Amino acid sequence: MREGSRRHGFRIGQIGSASLVSLAHGTNDAQKTMGIITLAPIANGTLAAGATTPLWVIVLCALAIASGTYSGGWRVIRTLGKGLVEIEPPQGFAAESSSAAVILLSTHFGYSLSTTQVATGSILGCGLGKEGAQVRWNVAGRMGVAWIVTLPSAGLMGAISYFIADGVGGTAGILVDMLILIAISAGIYWRSRSTRVSRKNVNSEWTGTVAPAQAG
Amino acid sequence: MSSWINLQAVGEIVVVGLLAGAGLPAIFALGLRALGMPGKGHVTASDDELAGGSTAGIAIATVCIAVVLAAIGYGIYIIVISGHGAK
Repeated sequence: MREGSRRHGFRIGQIGSASLVSLAHGTNDAQKTMGIITLAPIANGTLAAGATTPLWVIVLCALAIASGTYSGGWRVIRTLGKGLVEIEPPQGFAAESSSAAVILLSTHFGYSLSTTQVATGSILGCGLGKEGAQVRWNVAGRMGVAWIVTLPSAGLMGAISYFIADGVGGTAGILVDMLILIAISAGIYWRSRSTRVSRKNVNSEWTGTVAPAQAG
Repeated sequence: MSSWINLQAVGEIVVVGLLAGAGLPAIFALGLRALGMPGKGHVTASDDELAGGSTAGIAIATVCIAVVLAAIGYGIYIIVISGHGAK
């Protein structure tokens, strides 16, 4: 079969498999975010104890996750699809399909897991199976370290936010927290612009870092 | 041990996950392969396009893709009827 039409066919397939990963992400990962946000008004007494997730939480979470994927997605795509192992549409299609299947099944049984971890595992597997492909274990190791560091640092951030909000007190404390977090997010975003990853350079040669050698 | 790991669920995830996660892409790939079979119909498509070559190939591809779509539809149906909104 011709290489061009093979790529084309699997790229069409990827539209379906990527959509299924999105669906799986929504049934699993996104539920945690919505659950925590719903828990806050319940703990505060704003919502009744038996309340279901309000519509505004669902809409806001969907918007936030979509805009995060839109703004930061290229960097993750590059790390997973180029840095970890260089994959082509057939591998991407296989990795997405198996990720979607595993996550949707786990959702069905009520297990919460991480889309990132499942997808990384699938991509590693595809990379090992692809002839001549090289898995960059140092990239995999760096991701593993990041996952371990995430747990305590997220806890630390939560504690710091609580002490600031509690120290200042009331609505003002929440606003101070919010302004600090917005400032930090803006700083991270601004910093990321200097080594921008976009559709133009997402597949540039991997030189050891997420940021491609030449600014695209 | 059993309060930590639901072995039956893990087993089902492994078996169904293999069938759906590896089997369906394999059927899709077979469909693509069939679509790419050489034949009379393949004349005008440029090198990067997917075009049905032979009638038999197109028929096989249609069956393969229909099986994949049906399986996905069934899977989503199962999740929707057992999910949050169903109650």
